[in-house]
Amino acid sequence: MNFKGYYRSDGSVGSRNYVGVIPSVFCVNEIAEAIVHQTEGSVGFYHHKGCTQLPPDLEWTTDALIRIGQNPNLGAILVISLGCEGTDCDRLVRELKKTGKPVEIIVSQDLGGSTAAIHVGTDIVRDMWLKLSGQQREEAPLSKYIMGIKCGGSDTTSGLASNPVIGYVADRVIDEGGTVVFSETTEFIGAEHILARRAKTPAVANDIYKIVKEMEEIAKASGVDMRKGQPTPGNIKGGLSSIEEKSLGAIVKSGTRDIEGVIYYNDRPEGKGLWIKHSPAKEIELLTAMAICGSQCMLFSTGRGAPQGYPAVPIIKVCGNPISFEKQHNEMDIDAGQIILGKRSIDEVGEEVVAKLISVLSGEATRSEAIKYTRSMDIYTPGTSL
Amino acid sequence: MSEKIIAVKIHDADNVAAVFTDVPAGGIVEVVDKKGNRWDVTVKDEVPFGHKFALDPINKGEQITKYGEEIGIASTDIVVGDYVHVHNLESTRGRGDLEK
Repeated sequence: MNFKGYYRSDGSVGSRNYVGVIPSVFCVNEIAEAIVHQTEGSVGFYHHKGCTQLPPDLEWTTDALIRIGQNPNLGAILVISLGCEGTDCDRLVRELKKTGKPVEIIVSQDLGGSTAAIHVGTDIVRDMWLKLSGQQREEAPLSKYIMGIKCGGSDTTSGLASNPVIGYVADRVIDEGGTVVFSETTEFIGAEHILARRAKTPAVANDIYKIVKEMEEIAKASGVDMRKGQPTPGNIKGGLSSIEEKSLGAIVKSGTRDIEGVIYYNDRPEGKGLWIKHSPAKEIELLTAMAICGSQCMLFSTGRGAPQGYPAVPIIKVCGNPISFEKQHNEMDIDAGQIILGKRSIDEVGEEVVAKLISVLSGEATRSEAIKYTRSMDIYTPGTSL
Repeated sequence: MSEKIIAVKIHDADNVAAVFTDVPAGGIVEVVDKKGNRWDVTVKDEVPFGHKFALDPINKGEQITKYGEEIGIASTDIVVGDYVHVHNLESTRGRGDLEK
């Protein structure tokens, strides 16, 4: 099974061909926004890290920005620096240049402030886009695809319709030689024994138990019942009574194949097949975790409905609740509510998603892309702000 | 006559079933399991779309089962047809409030 994408010099294949405008620190987000507003083919990553963080978190932020820049959906990169941030801009640019993509950096304090930086940056991005825009899509096997999975706004239908559909697609992608990453460690609590049974080795099973215990200890340290934080008030309204119930429905989105290993926030999968990424479940940070994996298109499962898009990486939204779909069909890509109504099977809707996925990887716009609902992102860091 | 209200028992071991339409108190629901068995249960309370009710009596402290797995324990005695949710189902995980 093939899609048509943009080949990068490292052998990866993008489903999009953007100039990535990456602020090294939140202070320069508005410079990046102005440049992106003025130029065609550019996309900004407006995060809120890079200063007043502990040194390990600053290294973490730098790693995350490197990984974002390495995502195959970006064909060229402009880094926007303020000039006094904690992010390691030298390492950021050095590592990004190793990808073979055109990479430049501008420093606002050196150029004379924001308006000067906007001027210079706009010229750079225009020239990058003029070169990039001539690149043609080429045939690529699905084995080049890295699928990122997220669920949000879950309700009872998620575990019965939209998550099983995404699980079906995950199995198909793996059988085609591709890579699949799922996460949301909090939503393994109560279902970790099922995941551990699918671990490729006992060591991987131990890793699964370890990350779940770690996440549960964080929740317990608060001294309260985690209910309302997880499951969320919306989940509870949607019929999910406990984190165990939410988790049992959530893990279905990973399909049925063996789990190769557990990776951490800034890691990329170490091979093909199915991987767990250890991360909290917050949308904007978890979608970044998937972009960090090199995902070229993400699948998002919902019951209650959620608008999520992401910069440069399309998101196919699969809605399991027929009532939500009817109300919010304008921002849902796939109607899995038909399964709840007994009108279609999981396999039928799964095949519809596989066809949609190939088409989106080859250039078709998703619902969130069509209305540019793609700006929200952030980077998770373990430590606090100082 | 309106269509019968269907509830789904996902796994043989489950003692709750979910509905996919709002059910009024006293409503009769037809439960369907994986083998295609069907039987009627009178639901005692209003049960909203996507929510659950009890298929078996569940005593306080006993396990509540969905997907064939534990989703919590009963915090009160539950009888057949009772609405099951956060008011009578206690989670056993992530309970910082019980760590003293």
